[in-house]
Amino acid sequence: MLKPVAIVGQVILYGAFAAFIGYFATSPKYRQVADDIALIKLSISHLGDRECRKRTPEELAKLPPNMRAPMDCPRERSDIRLEVDLDGQAAFRTTMHPTGLYKDGVSTVYKRFELKAGTYQLAVRMNDNLIKPGFNFVKEAQIKLAPGQVMVIDFNPDRGGLFFK
Amino acid sequence: MRLHAALRTGVKRVFLGCEEVLDAFFRGEDNPLRHLGAMGLYLLWIVVGSGLYLYAVLDTGIDAVYRSIGDLALQQRYFGGILRSLHRYASDGFMLVMLLHLLREWCYGRYFGFRLYSWVTGVPLLWLAYIAGIGGYWIVWDQLAQLSAIATTELLDWLPIFSEPSARNFLTPDSLSDRFFTMLVFIHLGVPLLLILGLWAHVHRIGHVDYLPSRRVMLATLAALIALSLFAPALSNPPANLATTPGELGMDWFILFVHPLTDLTSPAIVWALLFGLTALLFALPVLPHPRPQPAAVVDAANCTGCDRCLADCPYAAIAMQAHPQRPGLKLAVVDPDLCASCGICAGSCPSSTPFRRQEMLVTGIDMPQQPVNALREQLEQALARLAGRTRIVVFSCARGADAALLGATDTAVIPLLCAGMLPPAFVEYALRGGADGVLLTSCRSGGCDFRLGERWTGDRLQGRREPHLRRTVPASRVLLVATTVHDRSALADSLASFRSRLESKADASDRLPPYHRKASRHA
Repeated sequence: MLKPVAIVGQVILYGAFAAFIGYFATSPKYRQVADDIALIKLSISHLGDRECRKRTPEELAKLPPNMRAPMDCPRERSDIRLEVDLDGQAAFRTTMHPTGLYKDGVSTVYKRFELKAGTYQLAVRMNDNLIKPGFNFVKEAQIKLAPGQVMVIDFNPDRGGLFFK
Repeated sequence: MRLHAALRTGVKRVFLGCEEVLDAFFRGEDNPLRHLGAMGLYLLWIVVGSGLYLYAVLDTGIDAVYRSIGDLALQQRYFGGILRSLHRYASDGFMLVMLLHLLREWCYGRYFGFRLYSWVTGVPLLWLAYIAGIGGYWIVWDQLAQLSAIATTELLDWLPIFSEPSARNFLTPDSLSDRFFTMLVFIHLGVPLLLILGLWAHVHRIGHVDYLPSRRVMLATLAALIALSLFAPALSNPPANLATTPGELGMDWFILFVHPLTDLTSPAIVWALLFGLTALLFALPVLPHPRPQPAAVVDAANCTGCDRCLADCPYAAIAMQAHPQRPGLKLAVVDPDLCASCGICAGSCPSSTPFRRQEMLVTGIDMPQQPVNALREQLEQALARLAGRTRIVVFSCARGADAALLGATDTAVIPLLCAGMLPPAFVEYALRGGADGVLLTSCRSGGCDFRLGERWTGDRLQGRREPHLRRTVPASRVLLVATTVHDRSALADSLASFRSRLESKADASDRLPPYHRKASRHA
């Protein structure tokens, strides 16, 4: 038979165990992003371009009938150059490399920018074929970020290239 | 290495101190700190049981998933709400107990030699537990789930394992579909199943596993968690919205601590910590450590194949095979890699009785470092030297309180590898050889370094386990004292009180008839 002191001690210790779990299951509170901050997520996944050459009729004739693809394309994809400016200042510069052993996979980038809520001039420029100079995709707009808002910069060729969401 | 040893010793001192404090309130078998593995398993079963109900009510639709779990506390406060809270709090308790178990086994040096297998198979369970725990938080799909999902995928994306960033799956509200939650549920069911499979592997080389703590501990733990669930029911945060950042959240620091840690440092540092710690845990057994003691040795001529050593071995190091010379009989075989060198098998062997007349006592299974024959010789010499009014023989477990200082002209101290290695017949032998009393020290309940030594010793002395102490031996002349290394003065007090009790006995009619092996004709 347990002594009263042992029973009281056990109640206290089991209570402390439960209290410890209960407290650290929800406390201290955590805020990952301050409440006056907005996020811009730059996330692009895109296959770089490649230089293809049209096969001549003579070349096609030499190929087996089932392999007569009209275009001769290298496997390797181009690097992709990307620039992000905020209010005319360079915010991010990168060159994305294609994935895969043969550099034939997508090039990707994922980056978060934490900004004070407010209005910004955002410009994004992308070149997916570095053989050609300049940028073949450009998107520029004035954006208004509310506190806690998440804005995404993405790329989808079916939606006209770069877009903000 | 000195730093590691000092660290281990320091943490062990803290653990042992806490265990001793808890012993004051819990009887040894109920001391949760000495049954952390069983506590963990019990909490896991609560998680599994409550999880089955949550699985039944979960709707994996993208909008319904939040409501199906989030509304439990409102619509079914006293059933579904409690089960949900139990699921969360038992998970947190499991994490806590698991880490304490890891810490305790490390500081007690239980990670090499015969414990290598259990240690190594335990390390991946840490990863599985955290994967299951973090995934569980996602299913609720509230703001905490949103934070965890994005933070986890961003952390994973730091590793070169995905061709596309997995965090892209959580870019915008329309990035997700119902299938995501279906997949999540499968993961949240599959990983715990792997965890249970891993736990089976973790303990399957251990004999007499405590799969559950005592009934009192189970009831008290469940009551504490239910009280917590009623007092502070687990609630969902506001629903996830990928178009906004989560606000201030109640963070589960037992499971989700990795996210604030990543925010505070960097993914590189967090991965270095996680992989480094895992590698360290795997590497611990190969670091320099004390050489293993010799394993038990079987003597085929004296092994009767009775299975008692097989039944008593705490680490399943013994198997029975067909006896090579005696058809129809079995022979014990020891796996030296699993043998803990505790001698519990020698204590269980019926051939270990000192009453055998042979000059050289050879038993069926014995410890080379402290053979039963040497133990009998040591006892006979000690009995011959004992003088005084009340002569007491102390059989002292080497892992408990140091009894060497108790030695005196009227007190003989004989150290043992473990209390469980003492065949009970030695107690009777000592009493019939001239001792007025026998004091046997063991570890405190649940605190045996070899897991079962103190339990088997108590059971044998009380006639609950073979080989048992004969009932003709007067219980008043035998005292079993449970100690830790810090109990030296308590042991001295117990001896003094035992002596005065023996001295105050009105008559000596319960004395056993003397027995002198060399003069006896008894076989």
